[in-house]
Amino acid sequence: MTKIGELARAMREFDDRIIKCMRCGTCQSVCPVFTETHSEADVARGKLFLLSKLSEEMLKDPKLAREKLDRCLLCGSCQAACPSGVNTMAIFLEARALNARYMGLSPIKRLIFRGLLSHPRLFDFLSALSAPFRPVFMRPQKNAARTAKAPLLDILAGERRIPQMPRKTFSAEFGRIDLPPGKSGLKVLFFPGCMGDKVYTNVTKACVKIFKHHGVGVCIPASMACCGIPALASGDRDAFQKMAHLNIEIFKREKYDYIVTACASCTETIKEMWPKYAESDDDKKYAAMAAAKALDISEFIVDVLKVRNGPALKKASERVTYHDSCHLKKSLGVSAQPRVLIRMNAACELVEMPESDKCCGCGGSFTLTHYEISKQIGKRKRDNIVSVSPDVVAAGCPACMMQISNMLALNNDDIKVKHVAEIYADSLVEAVQ
Amino acid sequence: MSLESFAKDLEKIVGPENVLSNESDRHAYSYDSAVLEPKMPAMAVLPKRTEQLSDIIALCSRAGMPITVRGSGTNLSGGTVPDSEESVVIVTQALNNILEINEEDMYAVVEPGVVTAYFANEVAKRGLFYPPDPGSQAVSTLGGNIAENAGGLRGLKYGVTKDYLMGVEFFDASGALIKGGSRTVKCVTGYNLPGLICASEGTLGIISKAILKLIPPPKASRAMMAVFNGIDAAASSVAGIIAAHILPCTLEIMDSVTISLVEECEHIGLPKNAGAILLIELDGHPAQVAEDSETVESVLRKNGASEVAVAKNEQDKDKIWEARRKSLPALARSRPTIVLEDATVPRSKIPAMVSTIGEIAKKYDLLIGTFGHAGDGNLHPSILCDKRNSDEFRRVELAIDELFTRTVEMGGTLSGEHGIGTAKAKWLKMETNAATISFSKKLRRALDPKGLFNPTKITGTAI
Repeated sequence: MTKIGELARAMREFDDRIIKCMRCGTCQSVCPVFTETHSEADVARGKLFLLSKLSEEMLKDPKLAREKLDRCLLCGSCQAACPSGVNTMAIFLEARALNARYMGLSPIKRLIFRGLLSHPRLFDFLSALSAPFRPVFMRPQKNAARTAKAPLLDILAGERRIPQMPRKTFSAEFGRIDLPPGKSGLKVLFFPGCMGDKVYTNVTKACVKIFKHHGVGVCIPASMACCGIPALASGDRDAFQKMAHLNIEIFKREKYDYIVTACASCTETIKEMWPKYAESDDDKKYAAMAAAKALDISEFIVDVLKVRNGPALKKASERVTYHDSCHLKKSLGVSAQPRVLIRMNAACELVEMPESDKCCGCGGSFTLTHYEISKQIGKRKRDNIVSVSPDVVAAGCPACMMQISNMLALNNDDIKVKHVAEIYADSLVEAVQ
Repeated sequence: MSLESFAKDLEKIVGPENVLSNESDRHAYSYDSAVLEPKMPAMAVLPKRTEQLSDIIALCSRAGMPITVRGSGTNLSGGTVPDSEESVVIVTQALNNILEINEEDMYAVVEPGVVTAYFANEVAKRGLFYPPDPGSQAVSTLGGNIAENAGGLRGLKYGVTKDYLMGVEFFDASGALIKGGSRTVKCVTGYNLPGLICASEGTLGIISKAILKLIPPPKASRAMMAVFNGIDAAASSVAGIIAAHILPCTLEIMDSVTISLVEECEHIGLPKNAGAILLIELDGHPAQVAEDSETVESVLRKNGASEVAVAKNEQDKDKIWEARRKSLPALARSRPTIVLEDATVPRSKIPAMVSTIGEIAKKYDLLIGTFGHAGDGNLHPSILCDKRNSDEFRRVELAIDELFTRTVEMGGTLSGEHGIGTAKAKWLKMETNAATISFSKKLRRALDPKGLFNPTKITGTAI
């Protein structure tokens, strides 16, 4: 049987799920890519139709269809809005896995997922090794979004502003962290994720400060792997399973009441993807248990610790607007808690931007592979942010923070980008150790 | 002219990035929301300015290339499915500017690709009201609404799209710009061209601009829900409300199949064993709303409502309407395929229509959930099936055939708001007559001598 034939046969498993699409087109009203392009093949209805044609072996050129499938942020907006309840996220993820299996993965993605992200020690080592050379590649800018120019990167990935990198990764600076529970009697396993460990170390530090303040024990094991979402989103099921497995083995050795992350995508991956797509039954079983304990930092503070009030009121000095990350609001249903966190910092006044839950356009590696569309979507987000003249834009996901910083920096906007955990932590007096 | 050189000429008009002709894109414009066989066009073109429409039409005319105009592709009768593989789909979604909202004279001027709900919202921001609210309003375009004469929930009191179309500009089959209607409330300058274009389903001209009437919004509204043991009591309540000379802005019905599916799926606290539910909203001056709502409540009770709930606040109101909002999703989720019909009867025939639907469901062994606009006789019997099951789908087709026959026998019409397209073309003669179809074809031939505008729709090919 031809590869295309095999692919078609594998796609037929989707049939029952795709047929649920009644082609009403509601996804057009929420899809960030379609909003920019007005191209039917870019919206879930079009993609599902192409998948059905693929399974019927009606496509002469499946590569074209694959290109269309890749024009998707996996933001989940269509799934959240779908009247027929089509599970688009799972369908698109699984279709990408089949595509990768039958049509191969790009060499660069193969190198990153299988060479780097599946080998946390190597990743850490290379990060440490490269740190002294950063000044050669990166020119920090003096702007509110705290970005850097990277002329060499611009050649490879289009002109963009990247976050200023910390001198040391979190794990290189602190190694393993293991603090016992205090007055709360609770212990969390904190999963910083790649961004929280290597880029936004301040966010991880802010979370540790919050745990200490509330008497929560925290464990941050060394050498955790990437959560796996970049590999899964690109259809590299093998690399994803390896990363999930590495982490599960580490988690198994720890005792904890909750798993907390400050990254919407990591939380969603641990909660939704590990149990569904982990390799062995053992891993799946553990992942299901872990999923039940996994929470976003704002959920943990507001729903578990029941923290409601910040320190004594003083006059708000900073206007803060909040961006709802797709994986946080649409996938996990977390949208009230981050706002509570912002309001608990008495120095902050929360001002809502229009379309706060419209995708920022990052979509993980989407911004690398489809930078022009990503920028168009990001520009809309930037315009919405700027329209309420904030001092700070807050988010609950480092990937969104990176995208928003880039858009603000490219437009020379004087607006800071912060994680909601940083905003809340700023209001806390440093706990005495 | 070869397809390649045609595509090149098209690219010269709109730019290469706006001509989509690869296999995947052609598939993506092969369908709309109707349950019909898809048909791939040769290519799709996305003009960015309305003037480009003229050049595109002229080019198609020279090449003898059939044209299907498409807004968001939410059509439920196949009006935006291409006629052949040798045709072009013109997508109007990028022509989406609101050119003017005139608060003083209460009208708006729009391009055809403006999304209905977005428009209604912009109008509302300026303290005005655009009532037509088709079910697909979150994505449907105003151009599509005009071409299909779209209705919605507010039809009974506020009318449908045609009642808000003051003027229209469109391109004829040669690409010439034609202007009809005006910004004035009254206008008898020449033929009623907006009336001709409205509901023409892309067969007479391609809309490039529309002038829409706006009205002041009602100052108050009140929602209520009434539960009945049987559909007859609900239907006589509808008659009773109208007989009391009250026009609710919405008067919706859900039958027992719909009620139980919504409740199974959503658990919103509907009485699962109810025979029917009426959802009613009154609007207008606060004093009138208060008075009317008392009258309606007593009509409902007199006609045997077992329960009447009146919304006390916005939250209650939202809860009442949740049942209606969840109707289509709940029906759609119950089986793989949903065939949504819109056969419409005179209001007084609603009980007869509902029992006819029940008989048909039984006769053809099908699951049919019915909800819809009881106030204007426009019901949505929704056949829940699996189109991959050929035996079941054959029964669906027989059921639809009988449904239309019985609808016409009751003095009703094939389509209240979805249009004829290709899905209902074969029953057109049953409701009208041979001469009517011949007249329509002559009209088409006169305006579109080469038969390029959506040729197989409504009357079938005229050339």
